Amino acid sequence: MEHVDGIDKGKVVLYALSTCGWCKKTKNLLNELGVAYEVEFVDKLAGEAREACIKEVAKWNERTSFPTLVIRDEICIVGFKEEEIKEALGV
Amino acid sequence: MSDIPPEKIETTFKKLDADAEKFGYHLSPDTDFVKELIEGLLINEETYGYWACPCRLADGDKADDLDIVCPCDYRDADLNEFGACYCALYVSDEIKRGDAQPEPIPDRRPSYSERKIEKAQIPVQEDEASGAEAPSGLAYPVWRCKVCGYLAARDDPPPVCPICKATKERFERFM
Ligand code: SF4
Repeated sequence: MEHVDGIDKGKVVLYALSTCGWCKKTKNLLNELGVAYEVEFVDKLAGEAREACIKEVAKWNERTSFPTLVIRDEICIVGFKEEEIKEALGV
Repeated sequence: MSDIPPEKIETTFKKLDADAEKFGYHLSPDTDFVKELIEGLLINEETYGYWACPCRLADGDKADDLDIVCPCDYRDADLNEFGACYCALYVSDEIKRGDAQPEPIPDRRPSYSERKIEKAQIPVQEDEASGAEAPSGLAYPVWRCKVCGYLAARDDPPPVCPICKATKERFERFM
């Protein structure tokens, strides 16, 4: 997991694919908003780490589609939904 | 972000764009976005050996990922319903003209567990995509391209779909 520094809005975890356009848009949005977050590029993981991560994502989003954004272990937003993301982060 | 040479992205983009226009499809007018997706496809080619969809997590086993080899089996249905494929690489006329914007859409691909169930239910057809018998009353069996729906009445499916360029293994027996 890669940490990106910024304003603390609680735990923000982005599960993404390094090759995906919507994931990139989501990452750019978080950067623009300047919030602190962790990002995991699931396609870059291999073996057990990949399996474990897929299970973790599936807990929030059964389809394990990307981007999956988990905010404060409470809200899960699937896909680049700009307004929903801003609202959930309170920005 | 990767070691894919920019010239390779550029040549792939030109070819994909020309092919798309020739066969009635359009790439998104957002060229930077398109090039990023093409880079993703080329990365996946290096990683997995085939053009796995950049916006879906590939399994790495080509037989299991066949439905998401770009162009995927879901592109045309998504173009009809949402005006763009799941990644928004391919878009409708309207989006191409700039009269609408692509939106993130739900993934039409069955989930991993649904795919497992489907697979278990479909009997393995040994003769799929190779020299099958014609149905009664017809001179030839009919093969359907799962990507674009092209039908071919002939002993075997064509090596490459003349419409969408999908390869032989993407054909299913239709009649
Ligand atoms: S056509 Fe399918 S595989 Fe190709 S980029 Fe679009 S969604 Fe992904």
